[in-house]
Amino acid sequence: MHTKTIKQLAEGLRAGTFSSVELTQHFLTRIEKFHALNAFITVTQEHALTAAKQADKRLAEGNAPLLTGIPFAHKDIFCTHGIKTSCGSKMLDNFIAPYNATVVDKLHHAGAVMLGKLNMDEFAMGSSNENSFYGAAHNPWHENVVPGGSSGGSAAAVAAGLAVCATGTDTGGSIRQPAAFCGITGLKPSYGRVSRYGMIAYASSLDQGGPMARSAEDAAILLQAMAGFDEKDSTSINEPVPDYSRHLTESLQGLKIGLPKEFFQHGLNNQIAQDIDNALNEYRKLGATIIELSMPTLTMAIPAYYVLASAECSSNLSRYDGVRFGHRCEHPADLTDLYLRSRAEGFGSEVKRRILMGTYALSAGYYDAYYLKAQKIRRLISDDFQHALTQVDVIMSPVTPSHAFTLGEKTADPVHMYLEDLYTIAINLAGLPAMSIPIGLSADTPEAPKLPVGLQLIGAYFSEAKLLNIAHAYQQVTNWHQLIPTGFE
Amino acid sequence: MNSAPWEIVIGLEIHTQLATHSKIFSGAATAYGAQPNTQACAVDLGMPGVLPVLNQDAVNKAITFGLAIEAEIAPYSVFARKNYFYPDLPKGYQISQLEHPIVGKGYLDIDLDGESKRIGITRAHLEEDAGKSLHENFHGLSGIDLNRAGTPLLEIVSEPDLRSAKEAVAYMRKLHELVRYLEICDGNMQEGSFRCDANVSVRPAGQTTLGTRTEIKNINSFKFVEKAINYEVERQIEIIENGGRIIQETRLYDANKDETRSMRSKEEANDYRYFPDPDLLPVTIDEQLKAQLKAALPELPAAKKQRFQAQYQLDHDAAHALTSSRAMADYFEEVVKHTTLDAKLCANWLTGDLTAALNKADLDIQDSPVSAARIAELLQRISDQTISGKIAKQVFDTLWQHPNSTADTIIAEQGLKQITDSGAIEAIIDKIIADNPDQVEQYRSGKDKVFAFFVGQVMKAMQGKANPAEVNKMLIAKLTP
Repeated sequence: MHTKTIKQLAEGLRAGTFSSVELTQHFLTRIEKFHALNAFITVTQEHALTAAKQADKRLAEGNAPLLTGIPFAHKDIFCTHGIKTSCGSKMLDNFIAPYNATVVDKLHHAGAVMLGKLNMDEFAMGSSNENSFYGAAHNPWHENVVPGGSSGGSAAAVAAGLAVCATGTDTGGSIRQPAAFCGITGLKPSYGRVSRYGMIAYASSLDQGGPMARSAEDAAILLQAMAGFDEKDSTSINEPVPDYSRHLTESLQGLKIGLPKEFFQHGLNNQIAQDIDNALNEYRKLGATIIELSMPTLTMAIPAYYVLASAECSSNLSRYDGVRFGHRCEHPADLTDLYLRSRAEGFGSEVKRRILMGTYALSAGYYDAYYLKAQKIRRLISDDFQHALTQVDVIMSPVTPSHAFTLGEKTADPVHMYLEDLYTIAINLAGLPAMSIPIGLSADTPEAPKLPVGLQLIGAYFSEAKLLNIAHAYQQVTNWHQLIPTGFE
Repeated sequence: MNSAPWEIVIGLEIHTQLATHSKIFSGAATAYGAQPNTQACAVDLGMPGVLPVLNQDAVNKAITFGLAIEAEIAPYSVFARKNYFYPDLPKGYQISQLEHPIVGKGYLDIDLDGESKRIGITRAHLEEDAGKSLHENFHGLSGIDLNRAGTPLLEIVSEPDLRSAKEAVAYMRKLHELVRYLEICDGNMQEGSFRCDANVSVRPAGQTTLGTRTEIKNINSFKFVEKAINYEVERQIEIIENGGRIIQETRLYDANKDETRSMRSKEEANDYRYFPDPDLLPVTIDEQLKAQLKAALPELPAAKKQRFQAQYQLDHDAAHALTSSRAMADYFEEVVKHTTLDAKLCANWLTGDLTAALNKADLDIQDSPVSAARIAELLQRISDQTISGKIAKQVFDTLWQHPNSTADTIIAEQGLKQITDSGAIEAIIDKIIADNPDQVEQYRSGKDKVFAFFVGQVMKAMQGKANPAEVNKMLIAKLTP
């Protein structure tokens, strides 16, 4: 049951082949069985079974929405009323949210059954899941390999068949990179497409929630339920949500694909470059033409991103002060001691590093040189993309410079870890939608395990339907997205 | 003390709480005095994941203020985060405006001993208020009440155009009057709806550069503003005259000791690390909204004062007193509308007896027990000569004590109706002339002053109820040989 698509499961539920309770129990059993994967921070078994019962009732009544009774899980960054929402941090290990994120409400109303809350890098800061207070989730393709981050738990759970699909969030690549590392399909929507209300903020101007699934078809269904204007989020955009599933099967004849040469230079793993070539050949066969682009500002994306994201994070994370909720140190001597020790004990080192960088970048005398300059670069990058997207329908690129790395490999060198985001962060700076789809597997050798490879598809604002169409067309002629890691069949 | 050679330079930053129903970035209520933390929602508490949504009413009130001071309204203004840690600041930052405030340069004319002076207003910006720290009754701990957190404030910053504590107070009063006229702020200073920070410096007269300033924080009454500035000016002059140097710092006024104390110096000042708030879009204001709010502006105090002088033939002082608040002006016009008594006499009644009674009871005009309609009925009885002005005061006192009664009831119950029956008056006059032959002789021999004696005697005999004009007329006729 865990290898079926949402549509197949929805049909099974409606045909009475299995009930939502049975389906939910199946996934709960798998979650228990593959506990060592550490994909979940919290499993909400009772909650899930209750929701499944309600879903069965709704299904019996007829007219239930497509996601009714489908078991999925939320990244533990979305606030869930009455259920622990940790954001992967010791700081919020004791935090029970008093309200639901808009996305949580929407999926609840859509009838989807929440299995639990998924592991993630602390406050969504990280590219390997190793910054989680709860320990890293493992990559289902190999236990010693990272699942990517920050939505590593989401990617691992979907790849291992512990949930049909999952929510993720993406600030600099946190949906796309783990999707690539775990061989699943992930979509970061246009900024403002999915409400951020109740999604714990890392860098507000970059954060965006999106679907993580086993195919473009499933991602379209999940996005349909997540997207839409929310009056509680001033940055969400009041633009109608198209029917994402309806456009999936449109022809790609005449599609113009742009390849920014800056994304295919030094540092890119040869085998990944080869896999991308193969994927591009499939697209040629589907009727696409390939155009080389030059986008020189892309090389400035990493420094600009780390200044802006850190600056916003330093301010966003000020509320965790031990006064009203979250971790509080024991026996504070005075107010300063309360602040210092609560924050010193509650935050992990990567979070502290970014708070420090951001505080520095915003300080008097440095603001113009760092924050303002980074904003200018952001504008240039955005303009570069806008211009490129007048010449092509979609931009394609690698998602990551190399395959998933082993646990502990990059933790000692933060800059090395930041370079993981080389191909993904510029898209967040520009606010554009982008996807990661699986397009290959590395060779299986005794030294290196067989690991998935992702291709990034980048589109114009609100072109999610087009991206899903382009991804789906590829998935109709290849089967990379259907591969299942050994042991999880 | 501050004799000729020193010039005082003052600029005020006034925080006005905007009278919106809900908070500036959340739907929680803003009413004062609720149980602690009962008017703070998840957004006000700075819960993880919450987001601010701007209250358009706060924007409209800020624009209304800007229009009233003839300021430039920014077509595009930006909210910024002011970052600092304090327990009553839930998010660890205050949402405010720095580089692009909603209201730009404007001005306010103040009256100083009959002369007008124009005070520049640099800017006014929107921001959210913080909560309150409560230090009592917590056994060594502090309590935090977040009811006030997120209440909309308009911070109005003046140019350093004020030259004395008196001017500062005049400006502050004028601004206080204006925001209440505009009904954008309730002006309640005890509840902190209108509070002031004063930037004070001194310099030798004639010097063009400004002296080093100190900022006195959070002064919440007109009296304290005057005292705090005067204290601070004397302190600064004394330091400089003794060869010292003023340190740029933030000071606190202690009303109990009548002195200012250092809070923190510039070196210790926070670096607030302002940056544009990524959770909020820039505020854009179009001409249509501006025009709409402009059309809805009430008549402003200066215009109203001029109109009162022209329309009701009031002198400057009466017009000024009656337009000092919108409620008083409305009360006056309500009275005038319902009586044929001369408007000037109505004005005298309001600025005299009524104001005195209100002051004694420590009430604002809008809380007056005697309504404008009731006063109008009373004044109408003067106009139609049912009672004299003197008797009217007596009726007013009774009316004040029994606000549910009416002038007519009181006049009837107490038998205060004026006697205009000339027969009755004539009989009394004849008797008094007969009883006082000496005084009659004196009057007839040219001592006019004795006339008042006869009037007094008549009034006394008639318990004040005789029509004074009738008495005068008849006395002259009878006394003239």
